[in-house]
Parts: sequence; C-alpha cells; structure tokens
Amino acid sequence: MSIFVDKSTRLVVQGITGRDGSFHTKQMMAYGTPVVAGVTPGKGGQKFEGKVPIFNTVAEAVAATRANTSVIYVPAKFAADAVFEAADAGVELVVCISEGVPVLDMTRVWPYLLEKGVRLIGPNCPGIISPGRAKVGIIPGNICIPGPVGVVSRSGTLTYEVVYQLTRAGIGQTTCVGIGGDPIIGTNFIDCLAAFEADPATRAVVMIGEIGGTDEQNAAEFVRKKMTKPVVGFIAGQTAPPGRRMGHAGAIISGSSGTAAEKIAAFEKAGIAVMKRPADVVALIQARLKAAKKPQASRPAGRSAKARKPARARKPAKPAKRKK
Amino acid sequence: MNIHEYQARELLAKAGIAVPPGVVATTPADARRAMERLGVPKVVVKAQVHAGGRGKAGGVKLADTPEQAERLASQILGMKIKGLTVTKVLVVPATDIASEAYVGVIVDRVSHSPVFMVSPAGGIDIEEVAAKTPEKIFKQAVDARYGLLPHQAMALAFHLYADVAQVRQAADILQKLYRAFVDAGASLAEINPLVVTPKGEVIALDAKMNIDDNELERRPAVEALRDVSAENPMEVQAREANLTYIKLDGNVGCCVNGAGLAMATMDLVKYYGGDPANFLDIGGSSNPEKVVTALKIITADPNVKAILFNIFGGITRCDDVANGIVAATKQFKVDRPLVIRLTGTNEKEALKILEGVGMRALTDMDAAVEQAVKLAKGGAAA
Repeated sequence: MSIFVDKSTRLVVQGITGRDGSFHTKQMMAYGTPVVAGVTPGKGGQKFEGKVPIFNTVAEAVAATRANTSVIYVPAKFAADAVFEAADAGVELVVCISEGVPVLDMTRVWPYLLEKGVRLIGPNCPGIISPGRAKVGIIPGNICIPGPVGVVSRSGTLTYEVVYQLTRAGIGQTTCVGIGGDPIIGTNFIDCLAAFEADPATRAVVMIGEIGGTDEQNAAEFVRKKMTKPVVGFIAGQTAPPGRRMGHAGAIISGSSGTAAEKIAAFEKAGIAVMKRPADVVALIQARLKAAKKPQASRPAGRSAKARKPARARKPAKPAKRKK
Repeated sequence: MNIHEYQARELLAKAGIAVPPGVVATTPADARRAMERLGVPKVVVKAQVHAGGRGKAGGVKLADTPEQAERLASQILGMKIKGLTVTKVLVVPATDIASEAYVGVIVDRVSHSPVFMVSPAGGIDIEEVAAKTPEKIFKQAVDARYGLLPHQAMALAFHLYADVAQVRQAADILQKLYRAFVDAGASLAEINPLVVTPKGEVIALDAKMNIDDNELERRPAVEALRDVSAENPMEVQAREANLTYIKLDGNVGCCVNGAGLAMATMDLVKYYGGDPANFLDIGGSSNPEKVVTALKIITADPNVKAILFNIFGGITRCDDVANGIVAATKQFKVDRPLVIRLTGTNEKEALKILEGVGMRALTDMDAAVEQAVKLAKGGAAA
C-alpha cells in the first residue's frame, strides 16, 4: 500500500513537451507510472514518444483519458493558472513541481482548491513516489525501494539523502512525499502524517523539516495527539542565521520564531525521535521497526520523558488495519 | 528583495496614500540643501538601510537648522547598522504627532492568505507590543480573490481610532496599502507609525516593504528598485549567476545542490566540530559554468580554509559538477584543499573526470564533512 499515488494513478502531464517536462515524463514512464495524457497548448493531436496523446487543454485530456492526477512542469509564472486549470478539469490530485511561484498567486489558489476539494502537492517540490508502483515528479526512482517506511519532507535533495541512507541499509518505503519549500503549500506535514497513519502498510514515518514557520510544531502536536505509529524527525538549518532566507522561500527565521531549536523541542515533547544528522535515520528507524514487531504486551504503557528510547513509549498501538 | 524606506514611500504615494514630502541625500551637503529645499523649521534625517531598529542604532536624528542636518548626515552616512553601511539618508519634515499607530499586511503561511495587523500602540516598540501584549494587535485575514473589503478596513480602523473621521481616513489608507502591496508583489508592507497630527489628519510617517523575489520577473519596474550597493557584493555576484549564497563567519566553504541539503551540510559541519563559511545552493539544472562561479565566490572569502562539495545528483548531474570543478582549477588557482562528495545521477562519469586530473571524490556525506572539517583546522586529509 501507499498514499496519494499508486497503480490506480492515471497521470496527465502539464507542460509535457517542455525541457523538464519531457525529460521527467520519460523517467516516469520508464518507472512504470501510468502516464495517460500530456497537455501543451497548440500541440493537441500529437503524440509524446509515439505513445502518449497530447491535448490542448487539461479538460480535453481528462474527458478523453479519465486522468485523475496531474503533474505540472510549466514555468513559474504560468503555474498558478495551470493548477486552476487542473482543478477545473476535475482531477483529484495536482502535483506542482514548478519552482518560483509567486506567493500571492498561491493565496488565490489555496481557497479555490479547498472549495473544490482538490489536493495539491507543492509547489516547488520534488513530487511523490510510491516505490515499485508510481512516481509523479522528479524523485530519482533508483534510490527508492518498496518497504514499510513513509517519508515526508519540505526539501528535495535532502529527502534523497535520507531515502538513500534508508535504501542502502535495506529499509524500503511505502511512499516518499516532498511537500515543497514555499511558505504556502497545498499539502502539509499533518495531511501526510494522517495519510501514513491510515495506510496499513506504513509502519513508521520519517519527517524532514527545516527552519521557518510553525508547520513542524503543529505536526508534532498532531503526532502527540493522533498518531500511533512511530515518527522519526530531522530539522535542517540549526546553523542558519536569523532573518536570512536560506534558499527556500519558506526557510527563514523571523525574530525568535521558526528556529531549529524550537522545532526540535516540539518534536521531543511529542515523542518524536530526533535525528542529529541524516545518517541517524537508519538506527532510529531500525529500532522502531524492531520494537513494533514485538508483541504489544512487552511495550511500556506510560509516556516517558525521554524521547530517544528505542520504542516510542506511548499508549499501545492500535492494530494497523485502521481505515481513515 | 528589500527596498528602502524612500522607495516604499514612493510606492505608497503612487497608491494614493498621503506621505509627507522627502528628499534623498547621499552626502552631508546634499542633506543641508534638502532641508533648505523643504523649507521647514525642523527635519528628521533617517538612515536608508535594509535593517530594522535604525532609530535605536542612532540612524534617525532631528535637526533644527540646515547646518545641523548636514552635521547629523555626516555622522549617519557611513555608519554601520547591523553590519550594513549607510550610503543614503532621507530628509523629511518633522511632524507634530498626537498619536502613533501600526498598520501592516503580510502573507501569512498559517492562514494561507494576506493578513492585516493593526495596533493603536505603534512606534518603535511594536515588536515588544506584539510579544508582551498581543491583545493590542488586531488581525484580519483577507481572501486574496476579493481583496480587503471596505467593511473589513473599517472594522480594523475602529480598533485604532474613536473619531469616525479618522476611522474613515485610516480605512481608506488600509485599502490603498493593500493595493500597493499587491501591485508591488510584496510579502510585507507596513506603515509604522501611522500618525494623527494635532489637526486630526492621518498620515504615513514611515513605510517598509519587502518584495517576493518570485514576483520580480514579471515586475521589471519593481526589480529596478534594487539597490545593489546596499547588498553584499558576493551575494550579488551569486544571484546574477543564479546561485544562492549567504556569507557566514566560519572557515569551511560549502557548495551544495538544494537548499535543504545545503542547510543539513552546514549543520553537519557544526556536528563534526567545524564552522561553515557560507550557505551556497547551486540549484537544480547546474551547468559547469555555475560551479566555476561558485568556486570563485567561495575562494574570494579569506576565512575559508577548506572547501566542501556535497552533491546529490537528481536533476543536477554529477558529471556537470565535476567538469565545473576541473574547469575552475584550470581558470584560476584554487589554493585551498577541496573535499568532494558526489553521488546520484552520472556519478561514475564524474568520478572518471576527477580521476583524470588526479582528484578524488567520496560518496558518503559524513566522511566528506568530517574530512573537510579536519582540513580546515589544519590537519592532514585522511
């Protein structure tokens, strides 16, 4: 199992003939993702790689191919309109890879999608991959293997680093989601944590955050109150100076809020095991997967003050077969 | 992008907000002439610099005569505020003030919308007000599809004033402020203080705007407001090459692809007992030329004792980075030790390119960082 994308995904690629769009569409197809349509205005009627039909509009693509998911590779200044178009065409999930989308554009997109009930991942994100099933976006398929760990992250290459460490140690993933590094994004940590909690195949979750904002703190609160599965966390930017934007538009410490220390404290309070460096993920996850295999009676019942225990000392986990 | 107060005032004036006249001066003599031109009995000389807390740093002073304005300008020009040198001052008439309020609008990540914040307790201590008496700050989220509605502007203004004539003036200013905020593609626009004069007029005495960098491509007129002289020259050079560079105080120069990995690399340098000299993200589709510029920028920092490359190839191809490193060493002398970590897309090709010129590369992040820290401390490579 997995979250958000799997074998039932029917993907339409917006910007399929562009430089990035065409390159990554080939990669997604080679991975086995069902790419059913592409959209480039003016190129309707052509075929991509002799296989995938191209349409002038997303609405035409959806009508002809029953596409249910869209991925966007268009230039940033057109990205917001591309999201509106996908939502209007009736897809359920939109993944926006484009980097550099003006944040005021996102303030108009966000309420629109909420009213339409459409999920957006991104913008400015590497996308999502369910290893062995489907890849939507640009995460390199060869660093992932199927397995029991869900990964959610605000970053691109840092996600690759952590996934690579897991894979090298033989620990596979249910789904890896890059939610994006912008201040306003469609899907946040909590959305992904809730989906992983409900996914029977996911047995542990890795959450990779960074400085700026309060998403990680809110996510920690969600973990404390709602999650039964163990969570391991990392915060990038412990050495970042305040007031400077560290590459990502959202990665900025303003005043005393959004610091790494504040986020790590929130993680620890919620019983999330904190990685001091990316390589720590292997030992922390291995310990939690092992502990989860033991019979429930052997687990301690109360919450412990120390977060860095091998097993998350919490109320006994509910059976994994829970549905949302 | 940051813009100066005098530029933000111009944007507000263009949106129809009443701002007092002002003159920008770059020399003390200009400041004297500015006061003469304004023809007012008292002026304020204000440092124009991309930093808050100017008043507390001594960058805002009151002058009674043109000679005094000149003398004060000579003290303020060249002064450093939060590490930035003041090269311009704004000379404005001193205004009699009956009360000071704060009004501002930001893009709020929690509510996914622009949010107005207003407070009747404006002035230089607004941060303290926000921290200690948050109940004195009133907020209103705006649905960006409709903008700030007139009744919302009135409700905010009633938090500031009791006199309905002043409330109407303030509500009008709030709507115009929102217009200026959207038109400039800002992520923040604020007036602090918004003052009431003894005559009951509501006017904007100060203005601050930050522009969303992602808006600049479609707003050349706003981009033209950029003051390169107010920025770190190395950061300017990096931006022009499409790199993101932020100078720090350590001695391990870092060159990484991706902002998250770049931060994690800096953190790992610290973890192994070192200190990062910079944040540098070469971005996604990197070409060798970008890597050359990156190395130039890093080696220009005299504090750097060792240089660490940490590349996880995805869109970025490791062979592009390797070619860039080799090209750089041919163009100029890289006189400090390099530690190179490459993994991912075209890793094998990259290793071959580096071996061809007698360089080595590692594939493990921890090993590379540990070695770079050791070299920066003057130790030998492992």
